Amino acid sequence: MNKLSLARLFLSRSIAIWSRNIRVWGKLAGPSLMGNFGEPLLYLLVLGYGLGQFVGEVEGLSYMAFLASGVICTSAVNSASFEGMYSAYTRMDVQQTWLGMLSTPIGVAEVVFGEVLWAATKSLISVSAILLVASGLGLVGDAWALFVLPVAFLTGLCFSSLALLVTSFARGYDFFLYYTTLFITPMVLLSGVFFPIASLPDFVQSLIKVLPLYHAISLVRPLMTGGELTFVLLHVSVLLLFGLLAATLATHRIKKRLIK
Amino acid sequence: MSVKKTPETVVEAVQLSKRYAGNTVVNKLDLKIEAGCFCGILGPNGAGKTTTLRMFIGHCPIDDGHLAIFGLTMPEQASLVRESIGVVPQMDNLDPDFTVEENLHVYGRFFGIAADVLKTRIVELLDFASLQDKADSQISELSGGMRRRLSLARALINKPALLILDEPTTGLDPQARQAIWQKLRALKKQGMTLVLTTHYMEEAERLCDRVIVMDHGEIKADAPPKQLIRTEVESHVLEVHAADEALITQVKMDPAIARFEKSGDIHFFYGNKFNLALAVLEQSTHDDYLFRPANLEDVFIKLTGRDLRE
Repeated sequence: MNKLSLARLFLSRSIAIWSRNIRVWGKLAGPSLMGNFGEPLLYLLVLGYGLGQFVGEVEGLSYMAFLASGVICTSAVNSASFEGMYSAYTRMDVQQTWLGMLSTPIGVAEVVFGEVLWAATKSLISVSAILLVASGLGLVGDAWALFVLPVAFLTGLCFSSLALLVTSFARGYDFFLYYTTLFITPMVLLSGVFFPIASLPDFVQSLIKVLPLYHAISLVRPLMTGGELTFVLLHVSVLLLFGLLAATLATHRIKKRLIK
Repeated sequence: MSVKKTPETVVEAVQLSKRYAGNTVVNKLDLKIEAGCFCGILGPNGAGKTTTLRMFIGHCPIDDGHLAIFGLTMPEQASLVRESIGVVPQMDNLDPDFTVEENLHVYGRFFGIAADVLKTRIVELLDFASLQDKADSQISELSGGMRRRLSLARALINKPALLILDEPTTGLDPQARQAIWQKLRALKKQGMTLVLTTHYMEEAERLCDRVIVMDHGEIKADAPPKQLIRTEVESHVLEVHAADEALITQVKMDPAIARFEKSGDIHFFYGNKFNLALAVLEQSTHDDYLFRPANLEDVFIKLTGRDLRE
């Protein structure tokens, strides 16, 4: 087989896994949507309204408009991370779903890629829903905001890969609390979701700029509010690089764990 | 259902070895399985049965030696090999989120089988597994036997040439077990090659035309079950349960006793006929004994010992 047909085979197998997951999601879409989209929306409305009265304008935007971009990115991060940790762990360990897949021609790399694609799709679903509501609330500048969707997908790819890497080390669900408490939560609090990072000490700012969420927000906020997009290539590259590296390591680790 | 034509030798292992943390689990295994064979692998826990099967499907890297399935090198060509293999795992990993039919459909898609082809195949398989009425049932509604039959049907979705079954009837009631046996015999009749591990001697004796006894990662015996019983042990066994020493001493006087073992309060005497011993027992007041033809379990115990494996 030549390289092209190999790549096509890889993709079609990953899509078979993606289809399996979306089929499961279809059965439980109600509660799943509630979690992925209801909670960020509450944050947006309550904090935007309540805090907005004290804060006034941030970077020339109403607080709710400023917050909307942050909440969208956070939702992409959380949807993909949850899927890559709790749901993926269930399939890897508790239900042995992956082992079943690996008894077919499918290999570990295809499983990982299929899972990453699916988790990114979940980010896309929840962000689409929030975007819809945000535009209803008049928080969206113009049609450029539609480009938020591919950024949400990319953010999902990045964070689900990271989550799968964490999962590859996990011996139980409790393990994920380390990652969420020590990494995800501080990152969300400091990356410019709730306030501009300019108000942080310099060294914290430099630290935050190395992490992927900051770069997602740097893309989403101008797209949402009609601001000027800068360093697009850099932001996209950071998200891609984190994702690629994490997915490669996760594949290696999961192979060692299942094929032993 | 038709079965793909396969080359004569389906499995060929040469000096196949696997170690875990310095522990040799499979030790220089030489094994050839011909097409159409129903091969049973017996062995105590930790004998290396499951590890061997996992190497067959590329779920276990090989430390030493060579393994080819359908003439394809493992694990390098595992993906290609798995296109023509069916696997019934020791623990069911059916998808609890799906119905019976969806389980088959989704699994078939993993093989890249087109949806319309799957449609007719699923009808055939549900029929084969006697699950016609359960197509829309949730997995949680199925009995243990139904789940195993669904696992079997799922393993057949790609029309495999080689079917691998790891303890397919463990935990099932006798009726459910016999139902599985019937299905497996039907597959064998179609010319499929089957490899199964089991802890049930009766299962191996009834189904397999070749039985391999493994222990400590090595093959201890390899022959048709009847031949194993004929060549590895004496023809008859006398079991005397909970008898006092005086009686046992008398029984032991029988010159026909070729071998003798004690396990707990049971004495096992092996030989071809026991005229004297049986006469002694009949005259005594002790009636807790059993005189029977030797079976595969006697072969198994002789080859692997009576020690508990945990």
